[in-house]
Amino acid sequence: MTEKETQLAKLTQIQAEALSALAKVTDTAALEAWRVTHLGRSSAVMGVFSSMAGMDKELRPVMGKAANEVRQTLEHALEEKRQVLEAEALQQALETETLDVTLPGRPVTRGRLHPLTQVLRRITQIFGDMGFQVYPSPEVETDDYNFTYLNMPPYHPARDMWDTFYTKTEGVLLRTHTSPGQIRVMRARAPEPIRAILPGATMRYEQLSARSEIEFAQVEVLVVGKQVSFAELKGTLDDFARRLFGEEARTRLRPSHFPFTEPSAEFDVGCFVCNGAGCPVCKETGWLEILGCGMVHPVVLEYGGYDPAVYSGFAAGMGIDRSTLMRYRIDDIRHFRNNDVRFLRQF
Amino acid sequence: MKLPLSWLNDYVDIHDLDIESLAKVMTMVGLEVEEIRLVGLGMPRGDQHEFKYTGLSWPAEKFVVAQIDEVLPHPNADRLVLCRVQDGTGETIVLTGAPNLYPFKDQGPLAQPLKVAYVREGAVLYDGHQPGRKLMTLKKMKIRGVESSSMICSEKELGISDEHEGVIILDDDAPTGMPLADYMGDAVFDVDTLPNMVRDASVLGMAREVSAALGKPLHEPDASLEMTGPPIQGRAAIEIKDPELNPRFVLGLIEGVTVQPSPYWVRRRLNLAGMRPINCIVDATNYVMLELGEPLHAFDYDFLIKRANDGHPTIITRTARPGETLTTLDGVTHQLDPEMELVTDTAGPLSLAGVMGGEESEVSLDTINVLLEGASWNFINIRKTVSKLKINSEAAYRFSRGVHPALAEAGVRLCLKRMAAWGGGQVAQGLIDNYPNPPADPVITLSADWVNQSLGTDISVQEMADILERLAFICEVEGDTITAHTPPHRLDINEGLIGRADLLEEISRIYGYDKIPSRRLDQPLPPQIIDPVLLMQETTRDLLVNLGLQELVAYRMTSPEREARRFPPEYDGPYEEYLEIQNPITVERRVMRRSILATMLEILEYNSHLDRRLAFFEIGPVFLPVDGQQLPNEKLMLSIGLTGLRDLPYWAEGEPPWMDFYDLKGVLEGLLMGLHVDHVAYRAAVHPSLHPGKTAEILIDGKVAGVMGELHPLVKANYELNEPPVYLAEINLAPVLAAARILFDVEAVPTYPPVLEDLAVVVDETVPAAEVEAVIRQGGGENLTKVQLFDIYRGQQVGQGKKSLAFSLTYVAPDRTLTDKDVGKLRKRIITLLDQELGAVLRS
Repeated sequence: MTEKETQLAKLTQIQAEALSALAKVTDTAALEAWRVTHLGRSSAVMGVFSSMAGMDKELRPVMGKAANEVRQTLEHALEEKRQVLEAEALQQALETETLDVTLPGRPVTRGRLHPLTQVLRRITQIFGDMGFQVYPSPEVETDDYNFTYLNMPPYHPARDMWDTFYTKTEGVLLRTHTSPGQIRVMRARAPEPIRAILPGATMRYEQLSARSEIEFAQVEVLVVGKQVSFAELKGTLDDFARRLFGEEARTRLRPSHFPFTEPSAEFDVGCFVCNGAGCPVCKETGWLEILGCGMVHPVVLEYGGYDPAVYSGFAAGMGIDRSTLMRYRIDDIRHFRNNDVRFLRQF
Repeated sequence: MKLPLSWLNDYVDIHDLDIESLAKVMTMVGLEVEEIRLVGLGMPRGDQHEFKYTGLSWPAEKFVVAQIDEVLPHPNADRLVLCRVQDGTGETIVLTGAPNLYPFKDQGPLAQPLKVAYVREGAVLYDGHQPGRKLMTLKKMKIRGVESSSMICSEKELGISDEHEGVIILDDDAPTGMPLADYMGDAVFDVDTLPNMVRDASVLGMAREVSAALGKPLHEPDASLEMTGPPIQGRAAIEIKDPELNPRFVLGLIEGVTVQPSPYWVRRRLNLAGMRPINCIVDATNYVMLELGEPLHAFDYDFLIKRANDGHPTIITRTARPGETLTTLDGVTHQLDPEMELVTDTAGPLSLAGVMGGEESEVSLDTINVLLEGASWNFINIRKTVSKLKINSEAAYRFSRGVHPALAEAGVRLCLKRMAAWGGGQVAQGLIDNYPNPPADPVITLSADWVNQSLGTDISVQEMADILERLAFICEVEGDTITAHTPPHRLDINEGLIGRADLLEEISRIYGYDKIPSRRLDQPLPPQIIDPVLLMQETTRDLLVNLGLQELVAYRMTSPEREARRFPPEYDGPYEEYLEIQNPITVERRVMRRSILATMLEILEYNSHLDRRLAFFEIGPVFLPVDGQQLPNEKLMLSIGLTGLRDLPYWAEGEPPWMDFYDLKGVLEGLLMGLHVDHVAYRAAVHPSLHPGKTAEILIDGKVAGVMGELHPLVKANYELNEPPVYLAEINLAPVLAAARILFDVEAVPTYPPVLEDLAVVVDETVPAAEVEAVIRQGGGENLTKVQLFDIYRGQQVGQGKKSLAFSLTYVAPDRTLTDKDVGKLRKRIITLLDQELGAVLRS
């Protein structure tokens, strides 16, 4: 056997022994030990490189090449093994690390808007998209703004429609509706056209019960311009109803009377609880009364500073409490201002 | 008003409409049908109805007209009789205890059989012996040995009225064997009359609307009247003191009447319409009021003669004299005031004009001659009287909304006719009619083009005129223009521009709101205005919600005592003037609130046992009366209330700690940072509701904008609250929202790396942390970009009365990387300054 053959055989053996040792490795610690033994500084392969200095000149390149091949083979095998072991380890981890996914999550203390604010925002947004802007107005009003300027002079029979809280200050009362805001926004804006919505608290002298409140939120809608028509009132409300209650919402206008509008109407939507079949929510009628509306009365336009011969407009007023009540089928209107957390946290 | 359909049908033919369709037609012209009570008629077909139905149907096979041919005694009972009855199919014996049949007992076969309402076995009807309306099924039964399977009915059993004293005796011409529903089946509409449509608080008024809506003819009641008695002229006189208050007064006279029950159909109609039948004279006045809408009043003529010392009575209408009283026919004695209008004679008050008659001059069973009043009154005056005396009546209901004077005469004529028909007697010739103040029935001119433009319709001028004429307007059409004359039964139509709006409503109502097209707004968009306060108010809500708080909406009405609970018991603060409510619903809600903190405390109290963590806020006004100003200031406030656990309890961890002062401060800092309010400072302060050592004022630009702190233990004891301390903030929102910035500077993200280092200094316990931080910032200059306190230490290592504050500092320069040397210089400056300003020493 030549020197060369002997040396090459030795290399072959080194490789074979190393690979067979690798085959027995089953964890990453053993793999590291294997690397130190078979590829470390004092490994057999590295010993071949350091022993080359004493070899024949012709032999050196041959042996160098062969030793390199062995080293690369072992390194490659090491990498392969590492990947296998890591995959196994991951697999095992995935199999053993399990949670009880039914345990409750860590509670985050979430804040909430009051349901009345939520519904009001929805309404404000819908009208906002149609170019209406919010106009704030006071909750304590004068008799003039609440009644007289709205075409209800003292002792007008229509004043009976609102059970009023009067104050001990002469001529001052708690507004019974958001309509006095109509006069305020008109006086602020005349002679510009108006598209305003006026939300706010209103008060009425009622006996407190599940169905009636002494304080409740309303929102008023007002349009003033030249040649505003009843058809536009209808179209605006129809669009509003479809966006609030859904594409399929049925609507109707029904004659009514308010001193500050003429013609006046009630706006009804098909009952979304029973779909018109009749239920206690709609009092067996299949319709829900959503808001009162009409064309702004000439006297009101005049008090607002608009010439009724030139300008016209429409107005609508809706109760937020009542529509929220209907929407969520809430059994008692007093829940809104009792602020019971068991009620509030459902929204 | 309760409208029996059979009555409506007298004036407009509605036979071809089912009940449901008729109710829809009425609702869509403004006569809202709130409930339909069936009194015999069947439910309309179909299973979807738009109205609430109550009452009883009378199926034809169970309910018929029958006749009693003979009334026999019961062999074993005195209070029962046996009736030999024919129901069209044969003869049966029916057992009954009706007292109104006793007089016919033992008379043998009756010459004139009695017509009755008869029901057969199995019929479902109301139980006459139970209070209210309870249904029962008629079964075969044996009473004292006699078997009976059918029944002769009272009004109560059929649902006509609550009358159960005897059975109904029908008019003699009722056809035996006819289904009862065909003979007198009815339905009663409960119609909600709109305030401007009091003209329709009458059967004829409603019939006119229905006829207009359906385009059917209106059959007005026949008012032809035979006046055969001696003339009325000279036998009574009228004197009107104030034609403004009493525009018209009409008197008629009928002599020789018999005050007896009205015919059955009249009593039945009155019952169905909700009025109790009394006698034919009173019934006639009520019947005509319901028919035409004109309230009438009948006087005993002879009583008036007696009061006039046997002379001819003079009716004087005038306002009450000071101290005058009147006892109305409900037995109540009223103190009158000089604004109240009266009907009097020379001897004194007779009745409260337009409201209620006096007790004394009322028609009685002995009355023979009747003087009948039909008048017209000023509705505002009647309204004042009614609200002052807290009295109401069918007459007052109508007169306080305005009844046209023309109806006074029409009502008197029709009523005299009805009295003669139902009570006999002779109607005196002529009427005494004093009519000093006829209204001007407005004539309105409007163009069809204007109507169409206002409605968005395309209605022809002719159709508009037709609609108005169906409502009894008299119209002239010339080209595009209609001139409409208001009919003499309406007071709700005005002159000029308002009159045009009135007619617009009439045309659109009868044309049908459902036929008016639906169109999107075709108007120029108004100037769009930004309201920063509103915008920031909503941002405030969102920020506080994001910070984990629940929003509240609260009552404005409260009481001073409730608000006083927010102070310690011995607190003696300045007097607070409240806006007081004149007619509060309860003493607990008799003023408008001044303190949003008081509201918050009440809501925390209400919820204290409902949840272990409460975190609330409310945005709303408080109401502060201001001298010399009519309306109070509505000051927009924000309140925050925190109490209980910091976090919600969680299974993997122990009990979370309670919230403290700094939880509240964190919320406020989060809010003010979110609003981009600069120049915020907190300063120790005192507030009567708060713990003196744990209270801070919130300053914005050096001005106090609010207060925050822990609830004072003495105040806490005023409320039923749990053990954890309560933290409150009360903030005047206006200055906060004004300081909030919609547009704010955004600093460039630094390109060069920051240098971080910690700095711990020991200062006296009394030195506020904010001052230390300020000095550090001053010393660090513009390259010191962040100063964050991360630890406070008190203990032996720093000595008694001292504390160590540890800050983490961040240095960045915008234009270069800072070197250790740069930072070292800054650090030295800070330490020197801390020493100079605060006597602080570096903690080694």
